[in-house]
Amino acid sequence: MSAATFEDLAMPLFDQLYNFAHWLTRNPSEAEDLVQETYAKALRGFSSFQPGTNFRAWMYRILRNTFLTSRTGLAATVTEPLDTDDDGGIPASAGTPETILIERSAQDLLESAIEELPLPFREIILLCEVEEMSYQQMAETLAIPIGTVMSRLSRARAALREILRKKLGSK
Amino acid sequence: MTDAWTSKLDTYLDGELSADEMRSLDAHLRTCPDCTTEMLHRVQLKRSLQSAGRRYTAPPDFRQRVRRQIAARPRTSPWKAWSTAAVLATLLVAGLLLSYYGRLRQERNQTYSELADLHVSTLASANPVDVISSDRHTVKPWFQGRLPFTFTLPELENSDFTLIGGRVTYLGQTPGAHLIYQIRKHRISVFIFEERGLDRALSLPSGGNKAQTFNLETWTDSGLRYFVLGDASSEDIAKLTALLKAAH
Repeated sequence: MSAATFEDLAMPLFDQLYNFAHWLTRNPSEAEDLVQETYAKALRGFSSFQPGTNFRAWMYRILRNTFLTSRTGLAATVTEPLDTDDDGGIPASAGTPETILIERSAQDLLESAIEELPLPFREIILLCEVEEMSYQQMAETLAIPIGTVMSRLSRARAALREILRKKLGSK
Repeated sequence: MTDAWTSKLDTYLDGELSADEMRSLDAHLRTCPDCTTEMLHRVQLKRSLQSAGRRYTAPPDFRQRVRRQIAARPRTSPWKAWSTAAVLATLLVAGLLLSYYGRLRQERNQTYSELADLHVSTLASANPVDVISSDRHTVKPWFQGRLPFTFTLPELENSDFTLIGGRVTYLGQTPGAHLIYQIRKHRISVFIFEERGLDRALSLPSGGNKAQTFNLETWTDSGLRYFVLGDASSEDIAKLTALLKAAH
């Protein structure tokens, strides 16, 4: 495939990749560096991309791997917990932070809650809710089995609700 | 409302429930106001998350920068391209054989030194092998599921060699088996890779070789490429090679 095809495939993903990069790095200039490096790497590796497999998941995987090996990414992975594949954790229901949230239409609150999530939770919430990836695509992007996608996603949601509940409680 | 249902609400909203589960959840929602309320809350949260998550937009000039970075290089004029091509072709013909063999030799040397590196670094490691056993019937099955191929290991009862164990290794991007044998005080590495996984240039000519301070034997058999490498004498390396070849 030619370079023009790469551009045709990759440029439509630009805005969403930048948004994701910004959430990962929490910093606009690092996000730009990350996106730029991702595009450079993807262009170099484009010949190894298997046509028919998911291009978007492939791009996200490159971005994420680049981030994880960066200084910020390394710092985030050592300070943040790894997966333990247990079913336990926080009960899924209980309060209804959403109602209050909607009433106050607290977008800022939600944004800061996402920001507070540990990296593995933050990225999976973004891939699922913002990028609307299927479980299969998330499994490809994160290079984990679908079962782990499901358990991590459910714990990420529980953690997010817990953060929201605390934020709303302290007001 | 039970946890069994609420735990499925998110999966339902993600569109990932099976058709059967979806039907039973639908039926449940019609009879359970708690779950229906919970569901509405989650829909709302999902929507708010979606818009909150799309918070950052890239500066327009940054988009242009990236586009230029990945855009195809502009073509040179046909005349210029033709003359450049002519010069290049001449150079190419003149240098083709030389560079081909030069590269081949260089890559072969690289294979030698990569294998030697693997051998040395493995022996220097605190845990050189991942499966520790002198029993080939333990070691061989351990590789099943870890490697895309199988191989046969020799019976060592009437020889001076003992099997120490094995691990999965990589040569370039290709996974393979790394087995460690011992004879007297010497440890010998046996590497097995799929021939088709290795680069053309990595396929060393079969036979005995002297790789720096190590003796090396290599051959192919039923699509597998074997390397036997160690600081043992070339006779010992040859003996182990013979045992491995006879194992089939």
